[in-house]
Amino acid sequence: MMAILPAEEMKAKIEAGVPGASVTVHQNGSPSAQHSLLVDPEHGRAVAEFLRNDAELKMDFCSNVTGVDWLDTETTEKVKVKKTVGGPDGTETEQEVEEVRKTKTPGYLEAVYHLFSMEKKHGPIILRMRTANRSAQAHLPSLTPVWRGAEFQEREAFDLYGIVFDGHPDLRRILMWDGFVDYPMRKDYVPPADDVVVVEVNP
Amino acid sequence: MADDLKELKIELSKNGIFTTTLEELYNWGRKNSVWPLTFGLACCAIEMIATTMARYDLARFGAEVFRPSPRQADLIIVSGTVTKKMAPQVVRLYNQMPEPKYVIAMGACAISGGPFRDGYNVLKGIDRYIPVDVHIPGCPPRPEALIHAFMALQKKIDAQALTGESRPRHLHPDLPSEFPVPAFGEHGLEPPANPDVFPARADNPLKVLQ
Repeated sequence: MMAILPAEEMKAKIEAGVPGASVTVHQNGSPSAQHSLLVDPEHGRAVAEFLRNDAELKMDFCSNVTGVDWLDTETTEKVKVKKTVGGPDGTETEQEVEEVRKTKTPGYLEAVYHLFSMEKKHGPIILRMRTANRSAQAHLPSLTPVWRGAEFQEREAFDLYGIVFDGHPDLRRILMWDGFVDYPMRKDYVPPADDVVVVEVNP
Repeated sequence: MADDLKELKIELSKNGIFTTTLEELYNWGRKNSVWPLTFGLACCAIEMIATTMARYDLARFGAEVFRPSPRQADLIIVSGTVTKKMAPQVVRLYNQMPEPKYVIAMGACAISGGPFRDGYNVLKGIDRYIPVDVHIPGCPPRPEALIHAFMALQKKIDAQALTGESRPRHLHPDLPSEFPVPAFGEHGLEPPANPDVFPARADNPLKVLQ
């Protein structure tokens, strides 16, 4: 199996096929060079249907669905700012002061789909979709109506990452029990205190 | 048994007279007919199966009859990773076994969670909920190790006194033969351990020393 089109051409093809969709190419610098396509969630379902139905592509097989957790990031930068400082004798002078500015970028949850075509014997196309944030708006459109095989894997991503797939026919936890409230594969998951190993180092 | 009685017994056997005690006879029968439960959880179960087959032949120790029902079993070999979702079922199976009953925790996972100890879904040792008689380290332990554990269990059964304060649990009417089944909580199993079986953290003798 090999990649069907160069990623940039694939992006152009999808954007031509699905009006309004915005696709971003994510380069993969490793030797495998499996570049992926970041699709905006509003058009996720339409893009999926286009990829499945297009006569040249016929991506009829969704081999894998998984989740990725991207934490909130905080960047600090030093900025030189001019400030007027009052001296002890009452005079005001302008001085250059260094200030540390912190900018917070909200994190997001990402769903990754690997698509192949059984009919055309080609693939993969790697789709990514990102939620608006990691808490209240962790919603993505479900692609289970397009590829039935994604059902359990989307349930797993819901169970372990907390991505809510809108339009999924049966979105319940699949590995953990129903009363469980955490999302254990998130990077900020804290296991119960009794699970933590106590190691005492002899002096 | 007192020493003079032992000497008398040896003396009698030299003259062709066989004597025994009820305790010895009872324990001899018990230790040579330990019936394990047909029960496996992970890769350790494959080693357990191998132990029962012709090459290692657990039947030599009277333990060839793996019972498909806990009601007929004397021994549960916890062979493999106990996930948190499976733990209540393991405790329930143990509760369904009639006394006297014994537990072998086979392999690193059953003892402590093993290589999955840091996982969110794995119980950190079955001894948190049921009393374990013999622990076998290994990942998985070889059949020889299971046989060794089995012989250790036989020695333990053989040494159990039937009277007195040190008699085993099944001869104490007040001691429980069933243990609380943990429930699925919001963050893990509730309770995280049975304090009657697993000592509290402050005076836990099982702390890891480096």
